[in-house]
Amino acid sequence: MTWTQWPWLELTIAVPLLFAVATFFVRDQLRAVRLAGLGCAITFLLAVVAWIAHSLADVSGAGPLFRVDELTAPLVPLVAFMHLLTVVMTSADKARRFGTPRFLLSLFLRLALFSTFEQNLLIPLLVLCVVPPYFDLRSRGHRSRLYVIHMGVFVALLLVGWILTSSNLIQLGAACYLVAALVRSGVLPAHVWVPDLFANGSLSSALLSVGPLVGVYMAVRLAVPVAPGWMLAAVTVLSLLTAVCSAGLALVQDSVRRFVAHLFVSFSSLVFIGLEVHTRESCTGALALWFSLMLSATGVGLIVRALEDRYGLLPLKSFHGLYDRGPLLAVGFLVCGLACVGFPGTMGFVASELLIDGTIHENPWIGIAMILVSAMNGIAIMRVYWKLFCGRKPASQAELPITRTERWSVTLLCLIIVAGGLFPQPELNSRMKASSVLFVNPPVPEVATTHL
Amino acid sequence: MNDWTSIVGLVAVAAPASVTLLLALLLLLGVRISETLIHRLMQIGTVVGLVSLLALFIGLISTGRVEQLVNLGNWVTIPPGYHFKLAFQFDRLSIPFAALVFVLCGTVGAFASRYMHREGGFQRFFLLFSLFNTGMILTAVAGSVEVMFAGWEFVGLSSVLLIGFFQERAAPVQNGFWVWVVYRTTDTALLFAAILTHQLVGEGDFHHLLGGGAWPNEVATVTSTQAFLVGSLLLVAAAGKSALLPFCGWLPRAMEGPTPSSAVFYGALSVHLGAFLLLRVSPLIAASPVLAVLVVLLGLGTSIFAGAVGRRQTDIKSVLSFASLTQVGLVVAEIGLGAWVPFFWYVALVHLLGHACLRTLQFVRAPSLLLDYRTVENALGDHLPRPAVKNQGFALWLNRLALERGYLDAALKQYFVRPVLNLFRVIHRYEEAWANWLNGTPKEEAPLSGEGLAGPSVASRLRLPHPPEQQPQQLSTKAPV
Repeated sequence: MTWTQWPWLELTIAVPLLFAVATFFVRDQLRAVRLAGLGCAITFLLAVVAWIAHSLADVSGAGPLFRVDELTAPLVPLVAFMHLLTVVMTSADKARRFGTPRFLLSLFLRLALFSTFEQNLLIPLLVLCVVPPYFDLRSRGHRSRLYVIHMGVFVALLLVGWILTSSNLIQLGAACYLVAALVRSGVLPAHVWVPDLFANGSLSSALLSVGPLVGVYMAVRLAVPVAPGWMLAAVTVLSLLTAVCSAGLALVQDSVRRFVAHLFVSFSSLVFIGLEVHTRESCTGALALWFSLMLSATGVGLIVRALEDRYGLLPLKSFHGLYDRGPLLAVGFLVCGLACVGFPGTMGFVASELLIDGTIHENPWIGIAMILVSAMNGIAIMRVYWKLFCGRKPASQAELPITRTERWSVTLLCLIIVAGGLFPQPELNSRMKASSVLFVNPPVPEVATTHL
Repeated sequence: MNDWTSIVGLVAVAAPASVTLLLALLLLLGVRISETLIHRLMQIGTVVGLVSLLALFIGLISTGRVEQLVNLGNWVTIPPGYHFKLAFQFDRLSIPFAALVFVLCGTVGAFASRYMHREGGFQRFFLLFSLFNTGMILTAVAGSVEVMFAGWEFVGLSSVLLIGFFQERAAPVQNGFWVWVVYRTTDTALLFAAILTHQLVGEGDFHHLLGGGAWPNEVATVTSTQAFLVGSLLLVAAAGKSALLPFCGWLPRAMEGPTPSSAVFYGALSVHLGAFLLLRVSPLIAASPVLAVLVVLLGLGTSIFAGAVGRRQTDIKSVLSFASLTQVGLVVAEIGLGAWVPFFWYVALVHLLGHACLRTLQFVRAPSLLLDYRTVENALGDHLPRPAVKNQGFALWLNRLALERGYLDAALKQYFVRPVLNLFRVIHRYEEAWANWLNGTPKEEAPLSGEGLAGPSVASRLRLPHPPEQQPQQLSTKAPV
């Protein structure tokens, strides 16, 4: 048995669960957070090794339950990386409210989710993944009815789809899955829960719940392979409306948290469109944008979180002038924000170009709308940058400099984003292979026999 | 012989790009370096770039060639047929323009190293300046639309960040934001043009779009209608970057930045970038008479407008910016006329080069204007005569219109920006009402987006005294717009 055949993936999934149990018994919250950081670091390293093992030997996991393919092999370490960044950028002050066991449990659930193909395991994991944000909202004393309603609809559609597909009513089941994916991704009209979660929950919980684009993953695994073309076309229209609407809403937000939420919704809708248009180029572009978004938009969110930890809520009605208080945070915000909108030299550039070019072949109006979305988001990003970091001398005299872990996290993130922008081919090769997964089972054409 | 000219051509592009990357890396890692070292790095990047360019030029002249294409292959390839080509084009258009970029950036860089001495943000200024330099070189020598787009965006970003350089005041930041809005909106036209080019000719490089041959002897490979479509989009992009009508309003706002950046950006290089783009795609203009007429009218209209408005501005940098625009308008008109008399393209190029040098000098001298006036008046022993200004009736209306710069910015905001923002504000209100209803939140309880739920900030819990609320300082003496 070579080292590539060791159960790296299973270890990756098990480690957060073990650390979640361990931190449950730790009373000192700061120590618990540090332990969580160690756990996330080990998880990330294991996930990277699992990815390498997969690439070298095409070993997609040792067991029947958990395995990865070209689509998920890089996503698993990326999810672990997002959690690692979140925990290392948690300030000591925030540690007492961090909810470390819940955080690690969420990591376990998400890793398991991205590591399984089995519908019978995927569905329960999808259901379980929506639970931690609910407890997060409740623990902060905020109303959760909005979240419960939307996730209730999501779970119900998921379960109905599961029953229907198990009963050979494939297309009906696919329709349920697709609608569930739309609800989970915050596509119109089921989008209001996302900004609400960002505004009223903890920013870290919201970022990790929405950031990995679980709805997109679910659609790719469960719905897109079996959905007929007309269904995908209808979803494309909804996704396009969502992308445009969210981009416009991002422009007019007075809350930086809601701005981040709308950014996620807008770009995840673009990813949806690319997958639904279903050409080789658009799928590759969509998957590349997904990868880029997980890094860059999470970076934006984490930097906003770091600023809020220091200075409280930062309404966008006025300038805050925080550049001098944290130049690296400002630079990091700019780099991550520009990567989101596909600025040249960043990871998102080629992804955006590919996505637009792939969709414009199929429908020029979609391509044109995507360009406008990108332009609006670009304006919104810079508006928020200037509001947060410029425009006045900082109001507070408190010098709360960036911590060492924050410095290294932001620097590493920026370097990855720029390196991915200057040398995009390796990532694109990976996403090209991943898009092949989507073409193994192309969407059922309209003339296919129904199973009703 | 081809190989060494390709290599020196690459060095000309790589030199400023390397300096930019190095300065960016140092800023990212939090490494502070001395002003002298920063200036030295800039000098090296500029001198190496310029020398390489001149060597390439001599190489071309000595072999009797008029063009050198440097094709680095595909930067990105997606089988079966999608690729991004990394190509550079050194010809009679790009070499003089790139040389101008190096000379002016080098000169103004030397000026800035003294002007910005001990200014907070010295390293940040030179990083942005270097990014601008890189963007200009990429745009100048771009052999494909993708490379040009990248350079175009670098120029735009560095411009707006330098406009808002004095970021502790609200006015520079607000003006920088408006310029960004104009740039971003008009750059969508460039992106549309790039995509349309891919659709029409299957490639993004200019040789496929503009035919073989060296500038300006290329012949467009597309039909007149296709040339009009692509050319119109490029014209919109050029209008945004060069502050042609109706986007003239952003140019005086850009004067908020430090004088060196105002000089090199809006006196010399950035403001001519639109004209350069039109020169690069001059075969498209020649292929479509309608487009050519549009270009001429736009150029002349901008020139007349800028000439009238510039006479009523109240500060020297605004006066110079509109004077600059007057000449840019004429350059654009010459480019349009070149569709019938190709010699005008050479006229436009020479006009552009000469104007850029003159205007840079005027801009860097602008802060000394008052001192110059006092010196002259002391020598005369009396005040300089003031020109008589008619201020009645139609003349008053015209003066007011010129002072307010044609109300162009106000019109753009009123008829384009506000309707879009108002639409989304309405949607946002309905969205929040719907969310509050679903959440069962009573109206009086509806929180202001999580206010009070994030917990007290560290600063407030440390109970440190806060200085009195500081109003944004309006240090500019310009008339409010």
